[in-house]
Amino acid sequence: MSHMKTFLPLRALDTRGQNFELSRGLLLKLAMRSDPSLLCVVRGAMERLTETLGFSAAECRSVTRAVDEALTNIMRHSYGGCVDRPIAMCFRQVQRRSKRGLDEGLEVLLCDRGPAIDPAKLRGRKLEEIRPGGLGLHFIRQAMDMVEFTRVGRTNRLRLVKYLQPAKLDLNS
Amino acid sequence: MQISTRREDKTTIFDVSGDIDLANSPEVRKALLREIRENRTLRVVMNMSKVRYIDSSGVASLVEGLKASRDLGSRFILFGLSGTAREVLQLSRLLKIFEVYDNEEQALAR
Repeated sequence: MSHMKTFLPLRALDTRGQNFELSRGLLLKLAMRSDPSLLCVVRGAMERLTETLGFSAAECRSVTRAVDEALTNIMRHSYGGCVDRPIAMCFRQVQRRSKRGLDEGLEVLLCDRGPAIDPAKLRGRKLEEIRPGGLGLHFIRQAMDMVEFTRVGRTNRLRLVKYLQPAKLDLNS
Repeated sequence: MQISTRREDKTTIFDVSGDIDLANSPEVRKALLREIRENRTLRVVMNMSKVRYIDSSGVASLVEGLKASRDLGSRFILFGLSGTAREVLQLSRLLKIFEVYDNEEQALAR
């Protein structure tokens, strides 16, 4: 019964607002509870997914780290350490026009039902300060091409996008 | 993650294996601070050679260990950093603030 209570909100969460259809580049959907012991499972999936999409080894590590840090922030700050709250993840293939033509990329959408977050608090801290904490956002911004936070209804949405590097791909081909 | 302790003279060595993330970084932090603050060990050494992944909460635990050791005039040393762990410390511009060695022999020789 407790499982029902835990996972019912997830269904509402991942279908709310946007309709991710296969035709729009859907790659993968994941729903999890806010339990830190599951972070390693998501990292494993991220490593394989980024590898499959053709990212370099360094980019696979940095994108995986960014998603891991984003989930950590949700668990710590949005849910305050509660381990049974819902988190939904959606991974899509996206494109953008550039001077080179069409760039392929990966979009990661992370949704949670925590309280609204002040976007001003999402700036991270100066790296010159030697103190614990505040590094997660730095890792996320360092890894991704786009980081957008929005509040839609009762849902916090973090959208992360990383584009493949065409020059690097050409070198490998 | 697994963490075990070896004691040699005035040195404590923590052998850590696996991933250090939000699920277990509090355990690392607790073990480090106990050794530094309560046991007043003069030299605390972290064997990182089997750490595959470390996140920002793990790095924060190491920084807390370093700060506590500085406050008490003891030493906090890392050795055997994997490429991934080294990368994370470089990204956070913290690599230079730690005393880092390639292997245990070097870490214990100084």
